[in-house]
Amino acid sequence: MRVSARSISTVLMGALLLGIVVAAPAGAFGQSDPSTHRSITDTRFDWPTWSSVVRVATLRDHNTRIVVLGTTLLGLAAGLVGTFAYLRRRALMGDALSHATLPGVAAAFLITGEKNLTYLLLGATVTGVLGVLAVLAIRQSSRIREDAAIGIVLSVFFGAGLALMSIVQSTSTGNAAGLNQFIYGKAASMITSDATMIGIVAFVVVTGTILMFKEFRIVCFDQDFAASMGRSVVLIDLLMMGFVVLTTVIGLQAVGLILIVALLIIPAAAARFWTDDLKAMTMFAGTIGAMSGWIGASFSALLPKMPTGAIIVLTAGILFLFSMVFALRRGILPEAVRRIRLRRRIALQHLLRAMAEIEERTGKPTPIDSAELVNMRSWTQRDLRRLTNRAKGAGLLTRKSWTELELTKLGRTHAQRVLRNHRLWETYLIEHADIAPSHVDRDADEIEHVLSEELIDELERALEAGQDIPPSPHDDTPDTARTMP
Amino acid sequence: MMEWDVNIDGWIIAAGICSAMACALPGTFLVLRKMSLMGDAISHAVLPGLAIAFLITNSRGVLPMFIGAVIVGILTAVGTQVITRHGKVESGAAMGVVFSILFALGLVLIRQAADHVDLDPQCVLYGNLSQIPLDALDGGVPPAVVNVALALLLNIIFVCALYKELKICAFDPQLATTLGINANVMHYLLMVVVAVTTVASFEAVGSILVIAMLIVPAATARLLSDRMGTTLVLAVIVAGVSAVLGHLLAFRGPGWLGLDPSVAIETAAMIAVVTGVLFLITLVFAPRYGLVGKWYHRARLTLQIVREDMLGILYRWGEHRPGEDIFKEDLLSAVGRGTLARIALGSLQRRKAVESIGSDRVRLSATGRDAATKLVRDHRLWEGYMATHFDIPLDHLHEPAERIEHYLGDDLSEQLQKEMGDLGEDPHGRKIPE
Repeated sequence: MRVSARSISTVLMGALLLGIVVAAPAGAFGQSDPSTHRSITDTRFDWPTWSSVVRVATLRDHNTRIVVLGTTLLGLAAGLVGTFAYLRRRALMGDALSHATLPGVAAAFLITGEKNLTYLLLGATVTGVLGVLAVLAIRQSSRIREDAAIGIVLSVFFGAGLALMSIVQSTSTGNAAGLNQFIYGKAASMITSDATMIGIVAFVVVTGTILMFKEFRIVCFDQDFAASMGRSVVLIDLLMMGFVVLTTVIGLQAVGLILIVALLIIPAAAARFWTDDLKAMTMFAGTIGAMSGWIGASFSALLPKMPTGAIIVLTAGILFLFSMVFALRRGILPEAVRRIRLRRRIALQHLLRAMAEIEERTGKPTPIDSAELVNMRSWTQRDLRRLTNRAKGAGLLTRKSWTELELTKLGRTHAQRVLRNHRLWETYLIEHADIAPSHVDRDADEIEHVLSEELIDELERALEAGQDIPPSPHDDTPDTARTMP
Repeated sequence: MMEWDVNIDGWIIAAGICSAMACALPGTFLVLRKMSLMGDAISHAVLPGLAIAFLITNSRGVLPMFIGAVIVGILTAVGTQVITRHGKVESGAAMGVVFSILFALGLVLIRQAADHVDLDPQCVLYGNLSQIPLDALDGGVPPAVVNVALALLLNIIFVCALYKELKICAFDPQLATTLGINANVMHYLLMVVVAVTTVASFEAVGSILVIAMLIVPAATARLLSDRMGTTLVLAVIVAGVSAVLGHLLAFRGPGWLGLDPSVAIETAAMIAVVTGVLFLITLVFAPRYGLVGKWYHRARLTLQIVREDMLGILYRWGEHRPGEDIFKEDLLSAVGRGTLARIALGSLQRRKAVESIGSDRVRLSATGRDAATKLVRDHRLWEGYMATHFDIPLDHLHEPAERIEHYLGDDLSEQLQKEMGDLGEDPHGRKIPE
């Protein structure tokens, strides 16, 4: 499973990079014009034309390429760092961090008076880190728990940011319009330098994660061991947090501060459904993040009216739902299928064992009356009919007449093995676990289906049993009182 | 500077107060039950509910909005539970997944509806508080104020009617279950109330700043009181004060700061800032749980311990060299010198427990001797008790006794006296004073 998970994500990652490289020029970003002459009360949804879909999908336009490249790399970086933040249970710390960047952006603008991206992002970093420190300080120094501390910092810093923004908007002479994009994000306005910056951050994050992978793993999973490393664990933790800050700040423009946390959490949470292995999970999360960025940005290019951040997050959300339902490792559907299969196998083995027990009592392979069979367990006639049909389909038994059943050779082998497992376990419980003979049936009834070859070997050795089926330690005649659940 | 107009500012403040107070009530339970982030999640997540209600009914009718919001609110709670259970995802992250997806969906829907209904992404951020009075210039009550006032009333009824149940569920859900209260139902009921309050406050404060109203006053109150009822009342008061101060600062603040008085600050944002400032002040100065309070208690305890150590040293000095007084400097250095030692000595002298002899020597007064005797008796009785009841070597008895002597209350002291009173000598062979 682990190998296949890794290979799937490698293939996906490869396809992604290939797509970016191979993309051909020409085309248009933001083709449809939002200022078309329409009535104000018209809520019609503008469906993009087929040709614009093709254009965006093949990345013909320079702008589209920049935006898609930028958001894809952002998704990749966010997926990677998000995995560790998620495993460290810091998912919502990222929310406090991102909301706390707003006052920094507004303050930087108020102080410098210009819309220089470097200063704005610097301001965002400063107040963002302050926000995280405030959460830690509140948690550390008072009886307020972390959840409330996160809520407090998130809303108060955000309020302060909005207050500053409203000052900016009413004082400055109109050049502050772009500040709003930090809140909801506006990937469509991304230019080459923005994409380059995201690229650099993504490179740092990816290389850093690869280089520090072992250390990150230890900090995430082996707290006790990590604690024994002393100071260095604090440094590793800081580095991890630093990656989160870096990714958040760089993603503000594209996705917006309210939703950037989604890019940190959702890919990691979705990846968790696919695998139990950290390395594979990191790769899955990176891939899912990158896919959300790519697909989201493409949709956003087709629907210029819509906020890009929200579209990217919705894409990630769809990937998450898909993972939750269909992921092979822990998805709801595969899990349900596995459960149903197991239940069926158990029911079938119960049928076979019941038939083997009857044959054992009569002493010879004979056709068995289903009326006799139905008394062996708490089956209804319908259950039994369905079961026998399934067994017949699997070639385990044949129907002699309307009511009479007979095990095939294959069925008998199976049945006798199950019966033997059952008896071996019963004997084991009586001889080694000191359980009364009247109490071992129920336990053996459950375990007989899951006994592995090795365990059977061990049981045989412990009980010095031969190849034959041990005799039943208790009265086996059908007894409604005993078989009642 | 803009003129203060009762007709306008009055309504803004009324709306602010009502929504802040309405939020503070369920918020207190969220904070107590460690579910603050659920409030965060629901406030983000009601957005698509509102948007769908707008899109379907083509109006800003109150009822569809409430229904939409309640459904989405419950959906958030259920969705979080489903993801947590099926995905074995940690609940914080599950919440993050649910609310960010719903918020994104809400944004897209609102953007779609924006040309159509006067509702836009700006409104999501900080509501529309300054526009509220414009809906009722002809003298009536603005509908938004009616909404928040109703929400406040509803929440007061909710809290009063289910006070006992909410209280038990907040502190001990298992106990609640044994008492026949369905903790699950209470949980969802609380979620519904949070969702309804969030929706009612949407126009006043938007869907993000409402988190400040839900959580910050409640957390502030939590720092001030241990009693459920008091916490609730305090949270409501803090919320009301924040609303008034918030609008005042938003209105007058720029002028006071020396900015152009025509600068308009969003009242809702300022209310959030004020709740934060009040929280910070409380965090530092709260009598019992504040930083200063805690620091003061610790300092007092430290001082008391040094004082008692001094008394003990003076008593033992008297045992060893009766009639000879100790040098002040020796006494100070025996407890580690420093300012603390000087303060402790000063306080002992003020209490007339220690008196100066000449310029450089000190000795115990009569009252000081009584106190010191009691301390040393407790110390030695404890040593005796430990030697008899526990298997501790002789040279390890002193330290625990040295620590415990400061904390033995009168009850314990009496009990020790009763049990070990006829001991006469401690394990080291020193006399136990009467």
